Amino acid sequence: MIKLQDVRKTYQLGDNRVEALKGISLSIESGDFVSVQGSSGSGKSTLLNILGILDSYDSGSYTLNGTAIRDLTQKQAAHYRNRFIGFVFQSFNLINHKSAVENVALPLYYQGVPRRERNQLAMDYLDRVGLAGRAEHKPAELSGGQAQRVAVARALITKPALLLADEPTGALDSETSAQIMQLFRDVNDEGVTVLIVTHEEDIAAQTRRTVQLRDGDIARDERLE
Amino acid sequence: MIDTDTWQEIAQSLRTHKTRTALAVLTVAWGVFMLVLLLGAGKGIQNGVELQFRDDAVNSIRVYQGKTTVAHQGHPRGRSIKFGNDDFDRLNDNLDVADRITARYYPGGDSIVTYQNRTSSYDIRAVHPDHLYLEKSIITEGRFINELDIRERRKVAVIGVKVVEGLFEDEAVLGESIAINASTYRVVGIFRDEGGRSEQEKIYLPVSTAQLVYGAGSRVHQLLYTVGDASWEESKASEQQTRELLADRHNFAVSDERAVRIYNNLDEYQKVTDLFFWIRVFVAIVGAGTVLTGILAVSNIMVISVAERRREIGIRKALGATPAAITRLIVAESLIITAIAGYLGLLASLGLLELLKATIVENDYIYQPDVNTPVVAAVTLLVVFAGTLAGYLPARRAAAVNPVEALQQRD
Ligand SMILES: Nc1ncnc2c1ncn2[C@@H]1O[C@H](COP(=O)(O)OP(=O)(O)OP(=O)(O)O)[C@@H](O)[C@H]1O
Ligand SMILES: [Mg+2]
Repeated sequence: MIKLQDVRKTYQLGDNRVEALKGISLSIESGDFVSVQGSSGSGKSTLLNILGILDSYDSGSYTLNGTAIRDLTQKQAAHYRNRFIGFVFQSFNLINHKSAVENVALPLYYQGVPRRERNQLAMDYLDRVGLAGRAEHKPAELSGGQAQRVAVARALITKPALLLADEPTGALDSETSAQIMQLFRDVNDEGVTVLIVTHEEDIAAQTRRTVQLRDGDIARDERLE
Repeated sequence: MIDTDTWQEIAQSLRTHKTRTALAVLTVAWGVFMLVLLLGAGKGIQNGVELQFRDDAVNSIRVYQGKTTVAHQGHPRGRSIKFGNDDFDRLNDNLDVADRITARYYPGGDSIVTYQNRTSSYDIRAVHPDHLYLEKSIITEGRFINELDIRERRKVAVIGVKVVEGLFEDEAVLGESIAINASTYRVVGIFRDEGGRSEQEKIYLPVSTAQLVYGAGSRVHQLLYTVGDASWEESKASEQQTRELLADRHNFAVSDERAVRIYNNLDEYQKVTDLFFWIRVFVAIVGAGTVLTGILAVSNIMVISVAERRREIGIRKALGATPAAITRLIVAESLIITAIAGYLGLLASLGLLELLKATIVENDYIYQPDVNTPVVAAVTLLVVFAGTLAGYLPARRAAAVNPVEALQQRD
């Protein structure tokens, strides 16, 4: 499903060049459950953003489901992000002035799904993450764990083939972390490829494969059983 | 173009940023308000001046004697053209559009006027009866010069109210005799004139009487006539006809504009009309500038709005919003702000103009301030166009933003 070949990414900050990714080659099979680990600044987020077509890269190639991502127009990229990928951020990234159900329904808005239908579907997904009762709440009225569950519901509502999560439990306590991980396992069981960034060993231990980054390189890549 | 969902998105966004929205609406509304008001006032002033012209100055043509500047049919250049009764008769008989016509003869020199033991000096004009209409003199007592006076060369005078003040005390004026230089005239009328003090310090005599008394034969100095309801084109044609009639009689070239000088009041009117056209152009430019300022303010506000919503836009893009969808949202928002503002401004200014029209006291400067439908349509179009533009540029920038960079902005 995912095929990275020698992907490089350099940030230029004034005179400072930061090589965030120094030639990553990585293949991920459909239906896998992968964790990406590494110390702060090792390039985890950079990698995930490139996989999610949220950021560009300098050289190398990225093929997603057989499509060369570099050649996509902005419109096609938007289409891929919308239909193919679900993204969960560490900081939730909910829209503040929209209610939980409106936030969850937003990806469907960009698919042109009628309002009634998408709100109904959004309610189903909120129910699935156990937040049907909070549908009309604004993000500010939700706890961190609740907000992240709303974000997961939003990522899942388009039935993506690939779910990317950047430290989804980074801001949560262990109990809510466990709830989120349970959601991811369920989704993975349904066949969705899941890739999460984490620096917590016990989170990584719940996945099936773990990739260790160090200074923009892959240091270790092992399958857990 | 804008579906219900977009409407809801926009309504939500506008509601979230009430102050900013109100500010933008106010700026544009003010611009449109000023533009329409200025246009209306400009039109009002123009109407006022046009009215004054029609009212005050008769549509008159004045013909003055001149000197030829080209040799013609054996006559050398530099020949003075002198008018006489024949010229008056000729114009009177032949002009197509002459409504009222008079000649003027000036006795010249100092005119010492005496009544009993009081003496003063006044301007004397010897004229035909129609002169009354050309100067718009208003008879307050008695009558003006009439045909009988002309025919019988009666020694009568019509004097201005200032002359009455100067020569008479409390006595009756009509029927009294005044002496102008060595001749006596009977006062048959008193007039006033809205042309100011000097116009009321005149004494009018029958032209035929003055010619006899001053030994002028049939000489006159000026010919004046009105063209009635004639259009400007007809009045120009009449000028030409006058020139031809006089050229024929005095043997000068019709093209010799200096041989007789013709002064057409409608020309002045035209000049003023032209002036007001340019005033309106100026007003339109100033007003459009005001609207533009409003539009720039909206654009500015949209830039801020976009900057503040960078993160939101990043989220939307991460969720699959196409650049076109982002652009559409922001342009529509800008368009709605300007449209609402433009509508309010238009409504307020039209309302004020109506109010002005209904309540304004009659005065010399402003009459029926108004704007016409094309102007309103143009203003509306301008606002819609500018609103789209104001949103478009920030929208394009917003739509092109890299989602990751946008997401890095903290709320
Ligand atoms: N926008 C940017 N401009 C400049 N440098 C950047 C930018 N984003 C990331 N970097 C640099 O690239 C490197 C990799 O960053 P990245 O965010 O991928 O690390 P990370 O592994 O996600 O770290 P963390 O665990 O702290 O989130 C770091 O050295 C970081 O400073
Ligand atoms: Mg990171």
